[in-house]
Amino acid sequence: MADTSRAPAERAAPVIAVRGATKHYGAVRAVDGVDLEVAPGELFGLIGRNGAGKSTLFKMMLGLIPASAGDIRIDGSPVTGSGFRAVRRKIGYLPENVVLYDNLTGLETLEFFARLKGAPASECGPALDRVGLAHAARRRVREYSKGMRQRLGFAQALLGRPRILFLDEPTTGLDPEAIREFYVILRGLKADGVTMILTSHILAEIQERVDRLAIMAAGKIQAVGTVQELREQMDLPLWFRVRLAHEDFHHVRAVLGGLPILAIEAREDHVAVECQRESKMVVMQALASLGDKVLDLHVHEPSLEDVFFGFSD
Amino acid sequence: MEIRQIATLAGKEFWDRIRNRWVLAVALVFTVFALVIAYFGGAQQGTVGFRSIEFTIASLVSLVIYLVPLIALVLGFDAIVGERERGSLDLLLSMPITRFELLLGKYLGLAAALAFSTIAGFGLVAVVLSAQLDLTALFHFFGFMLSSVLLGLAFLSLAVMVSTFAADRTRASGMAIALWFFFVLVFDLLLLGGLVVTGGKYGGEIFPYLLLLNPADVFRILNIFGLDDVRTLYGLATVFPRALAEPWLLGLVMAAWIAAPLGVAAWRFRR
Repeated sequence: MADTSRAPAERAAPVIAVRGATKHYGAVRAVDGVDLEVAPGELFGLIGRNGAGKSTLFKMMLGLIPASAGDIRIDGSPVTGSGFRAVRRKIGYLPENVVLYDNLTGLETLEFFARLKGAPASECGPALDRVGLAHAARRRVREYSKGMRQRLGFAQALLGRPRILFLDEPTTGLDPEAIREFYVILRGLKADGVTMILTSHILAEIQERVDRLAIMAAGKIQAVGTVQELREQMDLPLWFRVRLAHEDFHHVRAVLGGLPILAIEAREDHVAVECQRESKMVVMQALASLGDKVLDLHVHEPSLEDVFFGFSD
Repeated sequence: MEIRQIATLAGKEFWDRIRNRWVLAVALVFTVFALVIAYFGGAQQGTVGFRSIEFTIASLVSLVIYLVPLIALVLGFDAIVGERERGSLDLLLSMPITRFELLLGKYLGLAAALAFSTIAGFGLVAVVLSAQLDLTALFHFFGFMLSSVLLGLAFLSLAVMVSTFAADRTRASGMAIALWFFFVLVFDLLLLGGLVVTGGKYGGEIFPYLLLLNPADVFRILNIFGLDDVRTLYGLATVFPRALAEPWLLGLVMAAWIAAPLGVAAWRFRR
């Protein structure tokens, strides 16, 4: 198995370095011996179902919850150390289900957090504009929809030009259009070299957008790597969906007979062939040798969803 | 410790209370009650109208002793636990602030709101009565206002302490009410009961010192000993040693009542 705990081609000191992080609540191990490294400028995804321990791990990485055991460093500083205040100035955090102050307007909310972060008040207006809330700047947060609150929370996280962003379920409550805009902003931040870690349980949404991801279940990191690496680690079988010109099922079976395939069966209008990843090319060549007997050919790679549920179960 | 961060947090708390008209409401309550007491406080004796500043202050002390601790406890009991329960605490703590700065900022902001409404409420009364007050009387009234503020700050400190211990707002409100009952209603009864049960044989000498264990009693003593006429109205003068009744000493005790619960709160909230 490839060593995927390190970012590919990155040798710089990790911005986020977690070693053996553990958090128990009584007998419950919410986070259980987690090792994780995120390289500078990386966009890292943390995937897991609700209750997998993602948010607890996030809070530990931000120094909000003390670890029962282990060592967590952000930008080289231990999160429990007195020097962490300086690191906090570089951090933007969007909590899961962000709660802001109902009695403040959107602009006042940002001005409050900007003062705490030492960011100039002049950043607040543009920040609202960036998340599409300029029109609601002077409305009280009480009147905001869930999606608007989420966007305001994101604007808050962007104040002070953070170098490290922690985004916990950042797209909750956003409509598809807003989700797209959100990832456009993330791409811009990535181009500026911002290191980002985000959690999600919507796999389809992040699998094409993150550099690497970790799958978390029952407080443990089950696997880390790129989407491709995870698929390979899982060694899930893949499927060929072959449409034939004639009722040539027996012929196909005969051609593939000697090959390392797992299953072959005739379906309504096609033949389904299942094989291991390492046999993929052999099977493909055999199918190609059938020439014009094959009308169409689809390869079904396991989705990240399959990988995820494979690990989590 | 960064003063700027504390000021930002305190400023938010203070302006929140101004905007939701909490300060205005409390100031009005103080003004109305004080005026009613000043003009109708003697109705039981068959007289109506302002009698004397001593009489007015003595009546106001009884009112303030009930009202100010209650208002202070209600103001502060959810300072921390409220943020925690709403879910806004994590975001605050992820800011470049320390937990102590958050606690102190919240306390100072709430304290400013409480002090402002107390001074505005009773200050308005002083303005209304000013035609009938000479300089000495005004000085006494000023002392009364100041000690009311200190009393409020002491109970606010207790409230903030409660807000760091309670697991949720409901429990915090229960603890705050229990504190009010204990200090305002039960404490003096316990002391008196103790004196009576022992026939006054034990505790007679430490009795005055025990009174210092209750900020409400410290407030009472502060005001009553400032006024010669009032002192004789209360039996206290006979049991309370003159040496202990120095305003600066009692002021120090009040300061300790403000600092100690805050210290406990900071210890509790440090993790």
